[in-house]
Amino acid sequence: MNEILSVEHLKVSFPTDDGLVRAVDDVSFTLNEGETVAIVGESGSGKTVTSLSIMDLHNRRAAQVSGSIKIRDGANVVDVVSATVEETRSLRGRVVSMIFQDPMSSLHPYYKISNQLCESYLVHHPRQKKEALDRAISMLDLVGIPQPDKRVHDYPHQFSGGMRQRVMIAMALMNDPKVLIADEPTTALDVTVQAQILNLLGEMQKQFHMGIVLITHDLGVVAQVSDRVNVMYAGKIVESGPVDDIFYKPLAPYTLGLLNSIPRAGDKKSGRLSAIAGQPPSMINLPKGCSFAPRCEFKEKVSGGRCISEMPELEGISEGHRARCHLDEKERQKLFPTLAVK
Amino acid sequence: MVLFALRRLGFSLFTLLIVSFAVYVIFAILPFDPAALTCGQKCNDIIVEANRVRLGYDKPLLIQYWLFLTGIFFGRQYGVGQAAFTCPAPSFGYSFNENECVTDILKDTLPVTISLAVGALILWVTVGVTLGVIAAKFRGRVPDTASSVFVLLGTSLPTFVTGLVLLIWVSIKWKIVPLTLTGYVSFLDNPIGALKYFILPWITLAIAYAALYTRFTRAAVLETMSEDYVRTARAKGLDERTILFKHTLRAVLAPITTMAGLDFAGLIGGAIITETIFNLPGLGRLTLRSVYEFDLSVVVATTILAATVVIVMNLIVDMFYAVLDPRVRVQ
Repeated sequence: MNEILSVEHLKVSFPTDDGLVRAVDDVSFTLNEGETVAIVGESGSGKTVTSLSIMDLHNRRAAQVSGSIKIRDGANVVDVVSATVEETRSLRGRVVSMIFQDPMSSLHPYYKISNQLCESYLVHHPRQKKEALDRAISMLDLVGIPQPDKRVHDYPHQFSGGMRQRVMIAMALMNDPKVLIADEPTTALDVTVQAQILNLLGEMQKQFHMGIVLITHDLGVVAQVSDRVNVMYAGKIVESGPVDDIFYKPLAPYTLGLLNSIPRAGDKKSGRLSAIAGQPPSMINLPKGCSFAPRCEFKEKVSGGRCISEMPELEGISEGHRARCHLDEKERQKLFPTLAVK
Repeated sequence: MVLFALRRLGFSLFTLLIVSFAVYVIFAILPFDPAALTCGQKCNDIIVEANRVRLGYDKPLLIQYWLFLTGIFFGRQYGVGQAAFTCPAPSFGYSFNENECVTDILKDTLPVTISLAVGALILWVTVGVTLGVIAAKFRGRVPDTASSVFVLLGTSLPTFVTGLVLLIWVSIKWKIVPLTLTGYVSFLDNPIGALKYFILPWITLAIAYAALYTRFTRAAVLETMSEDYVRTARAKGLDERTILFKHTLRAVLAPITTMAGLDFAGLIGGAIITETIFNLPGLGRLTLRSVYEFDLSVVVATTILAATVVIVMNLIVDMFYAVLDPRVRVQ
């Protein structure tokens, strides 16, 4: 496998008046060509901050970033964390592209689609206006916009939400990037359109052979398209592994809680939706031990109160499947119900 | 688009008609006799009555208004025979205090006010937008703090203070520019002289407005910079210059245009204080004097003129908005 992105010990924190917000704390993962890695977590877990760090889209004055984010650019490898502003700018849109959650507000309302698509191309291929427009039209065609040679001259408000997300995808792929970061690409869309967009992303991935980092809180989306999954909680990866392992053999209580919160038809036992009790912790005053301990129903099962006093390491339990949890394997098999999700 | 423009135009004309009627009625029902004001100390009832007939004040209110309206389009003749005189179209009435057709008075004063307003507008929009952008770009740092000091001073100092300070120091003590208290210099006759003549009034007016525009631009730029589409622009790998000028400022321009159009219209109605301080023979001073002297026909004319400018500027701003923002364009 060809590794194109490798994030190692990434830490991102934001100084505020109330204290240092540790939005991302020691996150590591890799992405290979043609592979989809999902980052799952609830709001505030640090998944978007992680993706913005890969793009170097944080305000460098406001965010303190450490660790490394290595991106392969042809024969070179660039570390986004230590690179200059100009170096990362040259990667953005060319090697790493991004599509965002809300296609309604992510396109500039005052400029025609043609202008915005060509701009993506021209910034990395100066003075090739003719090629830019040709490329824009063929990309629109590829993402399934009918009559692309006419629609390219329309304004964003003349497209529907799903169509706009297609335009965003076309725009992100203008320069044939190696990495595509999709930050909740279907959250703002209708359910029927969501599947279309996910299928489109899959097709584009095959065609361009790019790696996709999929940021989402929707486990249904994760199950549908990803190869590997990283579950994030309070700025840390709490579980990481192949998609089937995550869904069938979760190791971290938080992952189990997430899976149990998916409402299922036919599950009429209690009539109530199950949820993880409590609230995510404040990112300024994280608990001393495991961040999830205050909400964890299994913390009593670990001897010596280690959950309260000690943050568990991200440990490999089986091949490529790692989690942060003090529970030992026997205890876990006894406590975790056998799951048949998916 | 054409239909939209025509409909707006028709609506504007209708608004003007209502405004002019309201103004006319308000001044007509005021408890003093316009005819009595037409003659000086050697007045007697015969002269007053003669003038009343000559000026049409003896007719019912609606007829008076009709004569006023037709006068705008066809000119108006006052009196008959030897003593008759006409104010050619567009006539806004006759001022007895000045012994002149109101239109002629407006012709003298309007260019002064327009020169004042246009110059000040250019100055304050340039300064305000530039400072606002700089403040936003260097948020929380020295240029931002400096601009907020300027904003505080500009918004809290009244124009009669800044105006007088400029007048006393720049004109009288340092003698950098000549006093404006003597004769008005037209831009058409002597551009350099006019520049010197108008520079202090411009600065006086511009300081107050520029402060407001700095604050507004700073806020608008900061808000736009956090928009999703600006993040998209950054994600494309665009340089900061393109992000600022193409993606951010473009969006900020629309509300600033609206504000500038309406503020400009307000100024045409009369920058009374500034015109008074610098003794500029403009519309504001004319209105003030006419109110003091009960020169009704002039007051009616300047009020309607001010209303017209506001309505026309609204129309222009709306049209311009449609040009700036594709979403506003009617399909």
